Amino acid sequence: MRREADSLTLFAQNGAAPGRGRRLLSSLRRLYAVPSAAFGATIVIVFLALAIIGPLIAPYEANQQEFQDARQAPSKAHWFGTDHLGRDVFSRVLLGASEVLWLSGAGTLLAVLCGTGIGLTSGYLGGWVDELVMRLFDSLLALPALLLALLMLGAIGTSVTSVLFVILVVYTPIVARVVRSAVLSIKTRGFVEVARLQGESLGWILFREILPLVLPTLAVETALRFSYSIFLVASLGFLGVGVQPPSPNWGLMVKEARQSVSLTPWALYYPVAAISLLVISVNLMADGLKRVLQSPVE
Amino acid sequence: MFCNHPLNKLPEHLPTLNIEGLTVAYRQNGRWLEAVRDVSLHIQPGEIYGLVGESGSGKTTLALAVLRYLGQYGMILQGKIELNGKNLLDLQPAEMRKIWGREMAYLPQNSQSALNPTLRVGDQIAEILHYQLDMGMKRAQRRAVDHLREVNIADPERVASSYPHQLSGGMQQRALIAMALCSNPTLLILDEPTTNLDVTTQAAILELLVELISQRQTAALYITHNLAVVAQMCQRVGVMYAGVMLEEAAAASLFAKPLHPYTHGMLSSLPRLGEGKASARLQSIGGQSPPPGQLTSGCVFQPRCPLAIEVCSENPALSSPSAGRHIRCHRWEAILKGEISLPTAPGMESPGRMEASDKEVALSLEGVAVRYPLRRTPLDILRREPGRSVRAVDELDLVIASGQTFGLVGESGSGKTSLARAILGVADRTEGKMELLGAPLPAQLSSRKRETLRRVQIVFQNSEEALNPYLTVEEILLRPLVTLLGLSRQEARDRVPELLRAVRLPAAYAVRLPTQLSGGEKQRVAIGRAFAARPDLLVCDEPVSALDVSVQASILNLLCDLQVENRSSLLFISHDLAVVGYLADVIGVIYLGQLVEIANADDLFKPPFHPYTEALLTAVPTLETQSRQKGIILSGEIPSPTEKPGGCPFHTRCPRLVGEICKTQAPPWQRREGSSKRYRCHIPWMELQAAQGKLANGEIQAG
Amino acid sequence: MYRYLLRRMGFLLLTILLTSIIIFAITQWLPGDVCRIILGREAGKKALEACRRDLGLEASVPVQFLRWLGDFLSGDWGQSYSTRTEIFPLVMQRLINSLRLAALTLLIAVPLAVGLGVAAGLNAGRLLDNLISISTLSVVGLPEFVTGILLIQIFAFELRRRGLPSLPANSSIRPEAGFMEALPMLILPAMTATLVLLAYIARITRAGVVEEMKQAYVRTADLKGLPRRVVVLKHVLRNALLPTITVIAISFGWLISGLVVIENVFNYPGLGRLLVFAIDRRDLPLMQAVALVTVLGFSLANLAADSLYALLNPRIRYTRG
Repeated sequence: MRREADSLTLFAQNGAAPGRGRRLLSSLRRLYAVPSAAFGATIVIVFLALAIIGPLIAPYEANQQEFQDARQAPSKAHWFGTDHLGRDVFSRVLLGASEVLWLSGAGTLLAVLCGTGIGLTSGYLGGWVDELVMRLFDSLLALPALLLALLMLGAIGTSVTSVLFVILVVYTPIVARVVRSAVLSIKTRGFVEVARLQGESLGWILFREILPLVLPTLAVETALRFSYSIFLVASLGFLGVGVQPPSPNWGLMVKEARQSVSLTPWALYYPVAAISLLVISVNLMADGLKRVLQSPVE
Repeated sequence: MFCNHPLNKLPEHLPTLNIEGLTVAYRQNGRWLEAVRDVSLHIQPGEIYGLVGESGSGKTTLALAVLRYLGQYGMILQGKIELNGKNLLDLQPAEMRKIWGREMAYLPQNSQSALNPTLRVGDQIAEILHYQLDMGMKRAQRRAVDHLREVNIADPERVASSYPHQLSGGMQQRALIAMALCSNPTLLILDEPTTNLDVTTQAAILELLVELISQRQTAALYITHNLAVVAQMCQRVGVMYAGVMLEEAAAASLFAKPLHPYTHGMLSSLPRLGEGKASARLQSIGGQSPPPGQLTSGCVFQPRCPLAIEVCSENPALSSPSAGRHIRCHRWEAILKGEISLPTAPGMESPGRMEASDKEVALSLEGVAVRYPLRRTPLDILRREPGRSVRAVDELDLVIASGQTFGLVGESGSGKTSLARAILGVADRTEGKMELLGAPLPAQLSSRKRETLRRVQIVFQNSEEALNPYLTVEEILLRPLVTLLGLSRQEARDRVPELLRAVRLPAAYAVRLPTQLSGGEKQRVAIGRAFAARPDLLVCDEPVSALDVSVQASILNLLCDLQVENRSSLLFISHDLAVVGYLADVIGVIYLGQLVEIANADDLFKPPFHPYTEALLTAVPTLETQSRQKGIILSGEIPSPTEKPGGCPFHTRCPRLVGEICKTQAPPWQRREGSSKRYRCHIPWMELQAAQGKLANGEIQAG
Repeated sequence: MYRYLLRRMGFLLLTILLTSIIIFAITQWLPGDVCRIILGREAGKKALEACRRDLGLEASVPVQFLRWLGDFLSGDWGQSYSTRTEIFPLVMQRLINSLRLAALTLLIAVPLAVGLGVAAGLNAGRLLDNLISISTLSVVGLPEFVTGILLIQIFAFELRRRGLPSLPANSSIRPEAGFMEALPMLILPAMTATLVLLAYIARITRAGVVEEMKQAYVRTADLKGLPRRVVVLKHVLRNALLPTITVIAISFGWLISGLVVIENVFNYPGLGRLLVFAIDRRDLPLMQAVALVTVLGFSLANLAADSLYALLNPRIRYTRG
């Protein structure tokens, strides 16, 4: 927070009123001052770009099988080689990026929205509703994340929608608890009390007085949840209970490629490399965000 | 460069600590900023040297530099630090470890966090003896108990085997003193050792320190922002500002005749005990302290100095008007000769005072109690035991007249903040009758009408907490206009410049965020917001206690002025008797949730006093260096509200205990014709007055 | 302190009860008729009704739940739909296997992680810290199947290819194998699980140490002139490592999730693989049993950690309530 204060003072000295956009920009600039975070953020942006233009530039269809080309080592025609069914690994990894980013991105967003809403209201209002919600969330959290996900998928069946739903249910309680604990410390602060004394509405207090102070924490939490969502989507794919074949899910690709690893090791290595790179990058970015947004200046 | 230094004339004894030309820098955002510049001082054995300064003056940095404990972001750029003749700057870090705790000890500020929470207090003392003096652990533990006894702890065995969280603040501070002195160091560095303590505890701790230091002939460097404490404790004083030592003198002469305009300004901005706003307006120093390390050319105080002339843009040399006295000012000679006089009070006239009408009552409380329910365990619910609760405020009656300032004084835990919260409607559970301007005041905020909300507003102690860091000053100021006065956004926005002018802030501040304001400016915004909807009652909860002295005065003046302009009543809550005495028309003293004494401000400082008031009055340090008399040192600490004593709540600590009656019967209100004072005690008026008369003629009026 | 522990225990029981309701609710959700799944599509109406009566599906949902919980508590866990065998011995056998793997992992991971975290924290900002921090940060989010496969490629295949002594890539031991027999097969899965925990615990330990180093009482201890070693051991680590107990307890959740994947990577006959198997077959009672056993284990581990924390922390030990 202090860091932020410093940069804001800088703006004032330049004679400009700090707007929301500037604040965001300065956060980004400070994020890029941390080398590991800059690396992470850049890779994440590259992945996002690839996810968007992937379908346009992929040389082959995800499930286009060319049996005569099966099990080919990487070459000019197939950069990452082909798998046991003759599918182009490069195209599948590329299309897998948009699949995993879309799924985990949307899931994270949903969970963050729900969690923030619940955490804000429950934390601010307190009382028995809060108690009840938190007990329920505690119980959900007593189930390890993957176990809960597996149970739910076992019950509602495996599909893209159910994976989204699973991410929502698994991560909403976590986000809500993080937001709630931030709200608990903010709501006792003087300005919230003054707002109540001035007869401000519940909406104003929640969204204008409290929410802005939760945002830094929330940004870090969102980045973390995003990373875990990627993790979860890939793991479920690998276990064969998430997205079903023939989808180009990275976890699923790894699962399939393991059968013939001695013949087509590239079909295993490239998706593994893609997952590792993406997850590490998101983590580096999240860590950078945490350092920029939450730690005081040293 | 140091040879012409006046300090280089060595005093007769070798000083324990000798600092010469010390310059210390901190690294921030990749730049080295000088936090202490060219400071010299020396301390003799048995001497207590006071280093006074406001926040950011560099006094703590200086202490840490002497300890060579600056951390990786601090560096000593220049100078010499000699302890008993050897230069500490020549030593390796490992060698410093042999000096710490043995030759040089440190007494930190916040006792709660300065003690390790997971080690027993006795063991924390014993480990010094064990590692520093090679004592066996068993023996060290036994010695630790002795050391605790030396700091006047009644049951040292129990304290030694306690963990810090089991002890009160005063007890923790005593344990830290025992820790600092157990190896008989030659130099003791005290960093605001009583700042977070109540006055009565502070008085006891200060007395103990004076006694121990003179007994052992320790040299002591006492760092504080509190001028009065320095006046009581120290033989010599150095005044620091923006990293520079501006003035140094024997305490007596410094407080009798300050030469530097800054010292003078600070002294005259302090409200004196027993002096009200009717007698004189507080003088305040304009502007604010520069941020640490800011590069200035010339005298550091020049931007705020009322006497600044052209030459002041050059750096003043250190001059010595008399032996042992040093000053850094271009104009000291003129000041000394009386050729120029320091302005005693700009805008001379005392701040406006409203004639409180006797008839109109702003706020009346009858039998108000504030309870905090204790958590019921499932077992309690099973046994159908009723929920227990703590009474923070107990059956309290209070009347504040329209336009009056009611000052409420009490130590921490006295229930003063709970009372404020009850009036504001944000306390947990409030019982009793509250009336505002003759109409009932609902206990819960949610059942108050908008008009009622408008009538009661608040200014908090901590301006950091009171302003949302994400809203601009304009937004903060216009909200009450919109929500409480029902103005449209545009109308409200049009009135913001007017509000800013009222709290003496430039109109350009409207676009700023709270993080871009200094502490005093934030408090001005908070005050502006509180007055924006013209409340009938303003509750001020310690509004100046987090501010520097030089800023405090201007905020107090502002409060007075705005109160008169808005014809509001003020409930002013503070632990500081001098501040309350300055501002209030009527003062109430609160102890364990009950008022023990009420009087007009003029009458409060005349005997008889309730024994608790008496203890408070004698405990408050004053600027009179020679007046240090044995005050009434209260035994023990304020009891927890969960274990409130029966009868008179004060009987457990009362120095004038009558007997059994105090423990069993609630005392009656004592009053006299011709005096506004009434107090709650079993001792009748004349008897108490006779016993306390001497005190009144001595200390209190002198202060 | 006893009241503290009692309260924790009360909360724990409540949580387990609620969790069991959640597990029951989720599995009740299962679309389609349970009996149809058991008996197959061709089953006649009569057979279906008989099956429903047998399973008690006629009763109201709360009654079903209570009956289910009661059966579970009395050790009558019913029959698996898919294997047609008693569930209790099956789950217990797999539980023991999973616990073996978990125990070995904790044995390696906890000392190593705490050591790394402390080393990084004490050297905060220096090269060692940056090395540890960046490498743990990189490993922390990698899915177990990625690390597991990489380890297999290196320690099993690559070593074998070069003719060096290698570790088995497949850990599909007999489910009833003894510990010594299983040990070589446990090494790679345990290493994989260690990597996950290592990063997580080390990072939080480091944060705790860094936080502790800033405390005022560390300065007090330094300025008492105590040897650096004493300051670090007695004042910094003692306080910094207390919260680590809680962190380790929380990381059990990670470990359990991780083990589900790892057991599938290595074909190790533990609870995790049993769960995936049950889900594949839509084997309702088996799913419920595995989930409940896991929750019980997780909760007990948490309670143990809480108790240990309370025992070591005087602020709780010497507080009533």
